[in-house]
Formats: sequence, C-alpha cells, structure tokens
Amino acid sequence: MPQRTALFDRHVALGGRVVDFAGWEMPVQYTGILDEHRAVREAVGVFDISHMGEFFVEGPGATFWLDGLLTNRLEKLAPGEAQYTLLLNHGGGVIDDLIAYRLGPESYLLIVNAAKIDEDAAWLRAHARDGITFTDRSAEFAAVAVQGPAARALFAAVLGRELPAARNRVEPITFAGVDGYAVTTGYTGEDGFEAVLPNAAIGAFWDALLAAGAKPAGLGARDTLRLEMGYPLNGSDLSPARTPLEAGLGFFVDLEKPAFTGRDALLAQKAAGLPSRLAAIAVTDKSPPIRAHYPVLIDGAVVAETTSGALSPSLGYGIAMAYLPAAMAKPGQSVEIEVRGRRYAGSVVRKPFFQRS
Amino acid sequence: MNVPDDLKYAETHEWIRVADGIGTVGITDHAQAELTDIVFVEPPKPGVVFAAHNAVAVVESVKAASDIYTPVSGEVVAINEELVANPALLNTDPFGAGWIFQIKLSDAAEFDALKSPEAYRAQLSE
Repeated sequence: MPQRTALFDRHVALGGRVVDFAGWEMPVQYTGILDEHRAVREAVGVFDISHMGEFFVEGPGATFWLDGLLTNRLEKLAPGEAQYTLLLNHGGGVIDDLIAYRLGPESYLLIVNAAKIDEDAAWLRAHARDGITFTDRSAEFAAVAVQGPAARALFAAVLGRELPAARNRVEPITFAGVDGYAVTTGYTGEDGFEAVLPNAAIGAFWDALLAAGAKPAGLGARDTLRLEMGYPLNGSDLSPARTPLEAGLGFFVDLEKPAFTGRDALLAQKAAGLPSRLAAIAVTDKSPPIRAHYPVLIDGAVVAETTSGALSPSLGYGIAMAYLPAAMAKPGQSVEIEVRGRRYAGSVVRKPFFQRS
Repeated sequence: MNVPDDLKYAETHEWIRVADGIGTVGITDHAQAELTDIVFVEPPKPGVVFAAHNAVAVVESVKAASDIYTPVSGEVVAINEELVANPALLNTDPFGAGWIFQIKLSDAAEFDALKSPEAYRAQLSE
C-alpha cells in the first residue's frame, strides 16, 4: 500500500499526475515537465519532498559517533551549517547519500532518501551508542523544496525575513505558530531553500508559496534539473556496489579522518586504482532522450550502461551518466550510446552539464 | 478531448484519414495528452511494407518512449519531416501538422473495420 504525503490532496486538486515512487504516491508533473523545469531555471518552483526522511541525532558524543559512520567531517561544521555526506557499508559501497545539518554542538538533523529510510535507520540503530539518541521522525515531518532565482524573494514574502545568503545553512523557522527548519540546500543547482515542517503545517505553507507565485513542480522536473547539474540519484547512479570515489564524490569523503565505516575499503581502492568512474556524457548527435540502462560503447564495444539519462530541457541535447572504465572516463573521450539498435555519438564532459551563463 | 468526425480510429489511439487509397496517420488528442511533452519522433522508413497493428514508429516524451502502431497494412509512402524537426507539433496539433506518416493501403476492408468517432469516444469514456 503506497504512502501519501500530507500534500497529496493538493497534488490531485492541482491536476498532478501521480505515480509510485519509492513506495510513495508522488506527482511526476502538473502542467508538464518542460514547463516546470523552465519555471525552476527562470523563476521559482516548489516540490513536495515530504517522502524524504528526517532523522534527529543528539547527545554527548553525537559528532564523534556520526563522524565514525559518515564520510564527510561534521567536526568542521559550526552549528547552523550543513554538509552533503554518505553512509557506506563495510566494503565502501554507498548505502545512502544525505545531508547532515548541525543544529547545535551535539545535535543533528539528517535528511535521507525516501527509499532508504528504513535501511538507514536500521544501520544507525545497529551502531547505537549509549548516551546518543537517534530518532526517526520521518512520519511526523513534511518538507518542500523551493528552488529558482525567485526563491529568495518568496522566502521573505512568506516568512517575513531574509533567507541566509550562504549555501548549506540551517536555521529554525516558525510558520503560523509552528516550529520547523529552513535550509539552504537543494537538488536543482538553483538558489533556494527547503522547509521542514510538521505534517499539520505544510498545507498552509504550500498554499502561501503558491499564492506568492511558486509553480508546483513534480518529480519529473526534479530529475531533469538534478541531472543537468550532474547530481547523482541513489539507486540509479549510486549503489552498494560502487564507492563514492568511483562516483566522483571524493570531495565529500574525508580520508584524513582516523576512522569511519568503509574507510579501509576506500583506501585500498585508492591504492589499487579506481576500476571505474561515473562519467558525464553529452550526446553530440541529434538523439532520442537518453534513459537509464542504455548500452555505452567505446571503439564499438559495449563498456557500460547508462545509470541516468535525459534530453536536457535547458541544453536541448542528450545527457547521461555511466560508470566507465577509469582510463576511459576522461573529458574528451568519444563514446556512443545505443538506443533501439542505433548508435549516437557523444563524449565525456566535465560536470555540471548546465551552467548559468 | 477532441475526436474529429471525419477520421477513423484504432483502439491504440491512432487516427487515420484516407484519400485516393493513401492513409494519413497520427495519434489522437487523448494520446498526446497522456504522453505529455513529446520531444522525439522516430517515424517509419518510407518504402517499407507493414502489416496492420504492427509497431512502426516511436514517440518519446521526457519520461517515456511509446510505440505507434499502423492501423492498416501497406507501404509507407511519406513521413512528416517537419514533425521530426519539431516533435511538439504532436502536442499542439495532433490531427493536423502533427501527422506522422502516410501509408498506401493494401486492404481497404481494414480501414472499414476501424473504430468510428462514436466508437472511439465510447472507448475514451469507459
């Protein structure tokens, strides 16, 4: 039985086309993916991200405990700051990618992928430490992502104050007397924020955003927007069989930390040389939309399959990601992607695909 | 949904108009609305002979690829090059500028057996 977010009735009333996503009935689009994509790049869109998980971790030693489980370094954050980080298995493979928000010296909010809530929670509970409280409050909280060049003005209009100027910040908010959090993170490459509020408050917040000019946007646009930035999607571009080093996420892995789960495997992989790298591929031929699991060829031989793909709405050509043999994953490398038996030429490029001019 | 009275329809949401033994084929307003933003069209190759109800073309939206079936048997005699260059015509003018291909009918009885506008409207309201 799929779950519904607190905004489900609003999605239906807005004409949203509802699909199953990670066990949730979510809108894939309202007016159209291209239209919603453009709204986020040019103005402001709002996404329901209530399906994502909210974990709270607190107690003396919480920083040290999490730094032993996650790849990035929370010790470097001041309260009010956030960082992208990964939860790995002992082989260095990715269980989940998430954002950790430091709420206080020993208090954290973790926002995790919907499909991984139970697995992440089980992993953290299995590694529980005395004195540190771990609470999965995903069922209590809803969240929306407000993204686009006009998001900042919307924040001021709805909450009556300025959004923090810097990326990766978290601060408490109160909306209609209800407490929550505003964070300056997102998955589109645009300026903006995400707001986390209890289920009972999110409907009125959504309505206020729409009244102030935000365009509802669905998972379809969320996917094309994130792919244009080269941001990975767990379950597609990340998996327990691939390390964050192979995924090109080494920046978010602090190997200087004395210990964290998966570190030994990563050090061994680094010493031996990475077997593959997640490459960004731009298709230079006019092609159909590239999708996941299409064959990728180099010199006529299949070397990989795409993990994600799209016809980039902003750029007008096919874009994709694929784990290529490391030696072939360099920018400029010629590749072909096969669609229904026909091959379309492309090349490895640097991320992001899309850059604001 | 618009279902013009001067066309015949296939259960798989293609329409066909026949003049002088040549059928012009496209997809219905209902089909384009279901598919949403169409961004790529792969038409059949002219000169190829197909049997009725075979997949002959592909249209792709941002999210999915869908097969298009020929409602009648025959040889493809023309394709809409303008549509290949501008796939959005399928969304904006499905019964006009968004036609996909033309086929020379090999069996006029197949055309007669297709759905009338009334029958297709009934299918949509099921």
